Amino acid sequence: MKNKKYINLRFTFLLTLGLVIFSGCEREFSDDVEFAEFPPNGNVFIDAFSAGLNYFPFVDAGADPEAFSVETDEVFAGDAAMRFDVPSFGTGFVGATFNTTAKRDLSGFDALTFYAKASQSADINEIGFGIDGSTGNKYRVATQNLQVSTRWQKYIIPIPDATPLTNEVGLFWLAEGAENADDEGGYVLFFDEIQFEKLGTIAQPSPAIFSGEDITQQTFTGSTVMVTGLTQTFNLSSGENVTVLAAPSYFNFESSNTDVAIVNELGEVSVIGEGTTEITALLGGVLAEGSLTIDASGGLQSAPTPTRPQVDVKSIFSNAYVNETEINIAPGFGGSTTEASISSANGDDVIIYANNNFTGIIYGNTVDATELNFMHVDIYVQDPGVEVGIQIRDFGANQVVNTDETNGNPIEDDKDKRFTATGLIPGQWVSFEIPLDGDIATQKNNLGSIILTGGPNFILDNIYFYRE
Amino acid sequence: MNKENMKKLKISLTVLLALLFMCCATEDEQRVVNFTQLVIADEFNTDGAPNSNIWGFDIGTGENGWGNNELQYYTDRTENVKVENGVLLITAQREDFEGSAFTSARLLTKDRFEQAFGRFEARIRLPFGQGMWPAFWMLGADIDENPWPAAGEIDIMEYRGQNPSVLIGSVHGPGYSGGNAISKEFELLNDRFDTSFHVFGVEWSPDAVNFYVDNILYNQITREDVTGPWVFDKPFFILMNLAVGGTFVGSPNDETVFPQSMLVDYVRVYENTNFRQN
Repeated sequence: MKNKKYINLRFTFLLTLGLVIFSGCEREFSDDVEFAEFPPNGNVFIDAFSAGLNYFPFVDAGADPEAFSVETDEVFAGDAAMRFDVPSFGTGFVGATFNTTAKRDLSGFDALTFYAKASQSADINEIGFGIDGSTGNKYRVATQNLQVSTRWQKYIIPIPDATPLTNEVGLFWLAEGAENADDEGGYVLFFDEIQFEKLGTIAQPSPAIFSGEDITQQTFTGSTVMVTGLTQTFNLSSGENVTVLAAPSYFNFESSNTDVAIVNELGEVSVIGEGTTEITALLGGVLAEGSLTIDASGGLQSAPTPTRPQVDVKSIFSNAYVNETEINIAPGFGGSTTEASISSANGDDVIIYANNNFTGIIYGNTVDATELNFMHVDIYVQDPGVEVGIQIRDFGANQVVNTDETNGNPIEDDKDKRFTATGLIPGQWVSFEIPLDGDIATQKNNLGSIILTGGPNFILDNIYFYRE
Repeated sequence: MNKENMKKLKISLTVLLALLFMCCATEDEQRVVNFTQLVIADEFNTDGAPNSNIWGFDIGTGENGWGNNELQYYTDRTENVKVENGVLLITAQREDFEGSAFTSARLLTKDRFEQAFGRFEARIRLPFGQGMWPAFWMLGADIDENPWPAAGEIDIMEYRGQNPSVLIGSVHGPGYSGGNAISKEFELLNDRFDTSFHVFGVEWSPDAVNFYVDNILYNQITREDVTGPWVFDKPFFILMNLAVGGTFVGSPNDETVFPQSMLVDYVRVYENTNFRQN
């Protein structure tokens, strides 16, 4: 039996050169190490603003610039932390980016990390990095609804792919506010030890486009379709999967038939010819889940341009007017098979519906049409015999939808007007003027949605209420 | 075993010993035992089914999911176990099979290769995700006569897919089994077990079992450490398996990826002729 004693040796390579710090035996040099143009400084806010860092509140968007301060009592470590006083509902929000005038090379890191806590449990609407006006936020990353508790905890926001992040300015941003009277507001958020780190445990990437769905879309040459639902998911050493929204430029898009459509680095799909193509994407060499199959026919004529003056109109969806509200065209009704997308041809947006059974357009805020008496809509179909059912729904005083789920009829304080668009002509736009009569004749001050049935394939444009 | 492999082995072992406590530890010293004589190795270089001279299979669900409420049905089908491109793949599938919701495989050297003492090591890349429970372990070869835990068990590597940086090494025996096993967790810093291969090993001498991962000795269990009779003085056989679910690890969830494989690059066993016992 041989017993030997081995005395520990410890090697520490400390190579500053102002650029690279390697320590211990976790890493080694490769022969092709390249010295970056910008310093690989990962510090954002440890105990003070790091080199070149500045505070840029989103004042134009309504953020409260006074919400931010440097805190010296409630700190996780060291002498200072970041503090944000989140206003109560209706009095602005916390929204800012912290950008540096001294660009950073972040390509050697794999995550933005920080400690956070709040004066009450809360979820931060959006938080991340990569805001850079000069590039159109090319490498923006956001985590949505980040849960924060009343005790300090470490949070990890993975970098979707650090390779391109060699000259970055946007190191940290957040947006949090009370979205309605019931949402949390009037509380305080603290952040400390904000930095980019190489954790080494950010693994098993699982990117997605179109939220991982395989989508088929009918469209037209000359139209543009956006790649949406872009995410990157990593598994952390805690076992938790974390998903971040990743800007399109992190992805490499591919079109299986570039005679039909091409995709640029902003995720804009330009339909340039008739035929079929499949749009897929890679992120960091990993094939993203989800795809878009485009079935393109010839060019789409524009719908007739509306001529009524804006003063007589409350618009839901039209390029001719200032729209009254934001809309949600994908409400995700249970049992709905509908695929809806907004497509832009020659600067005119249309909503393309495919495989519809029932869906809706939900308004961001209700619309008061008390003084108005018609709804206008333009409908385009390619196939003969198509009919489209339209239900104009008033949500009533409670401003929420009340529906009998067995038959779709309005209940409680809801009312609707139902109309079936018939006589559609394949290959042409047909305009409909739907009177706001029947059940909604005397209750149209809280119009909240349009329910759409029939089809299954049709295109809508210029949806607006008006008086005549 | 060819000579070239032997040579590589000696070199790697030398390097390994030299590196033992170098990495990122504070000053330390430790007794180690050398096991330099290669006894058996499977490098998994021949595509197809694993070498039947070394490996047999447990098939089915055992009793109560192999005593742990495991959810998988073990098979020897190529869907669950095969050698390909120089590695052994033990693959867990989510599929309805003979009343189970998952399938996987468990290989063992019982009645084929059994040895007392030595260095037992395997180079493995692990799967990840809630409910994945891979293991590289040993049982006393007299288990048919001395049922568990009397036969003894040495867990060279166990791991929960939901803790991808944490390895668990244990011994079980009479009076210290199951939840009372003599056990230690080792957390890999700034790395994980599912992204690259790692070498998991024990050096088992008459006095102690030393637990290694890569070049790090992270635990030593001696006769004094166990809370019952020392049963590690007789031949053991090797097992490798990928369990799904069970009390140790919990059930898989919607995010657990299937199919997923445990990849084994090699299994090697060495002895020290000074305390050979067969």
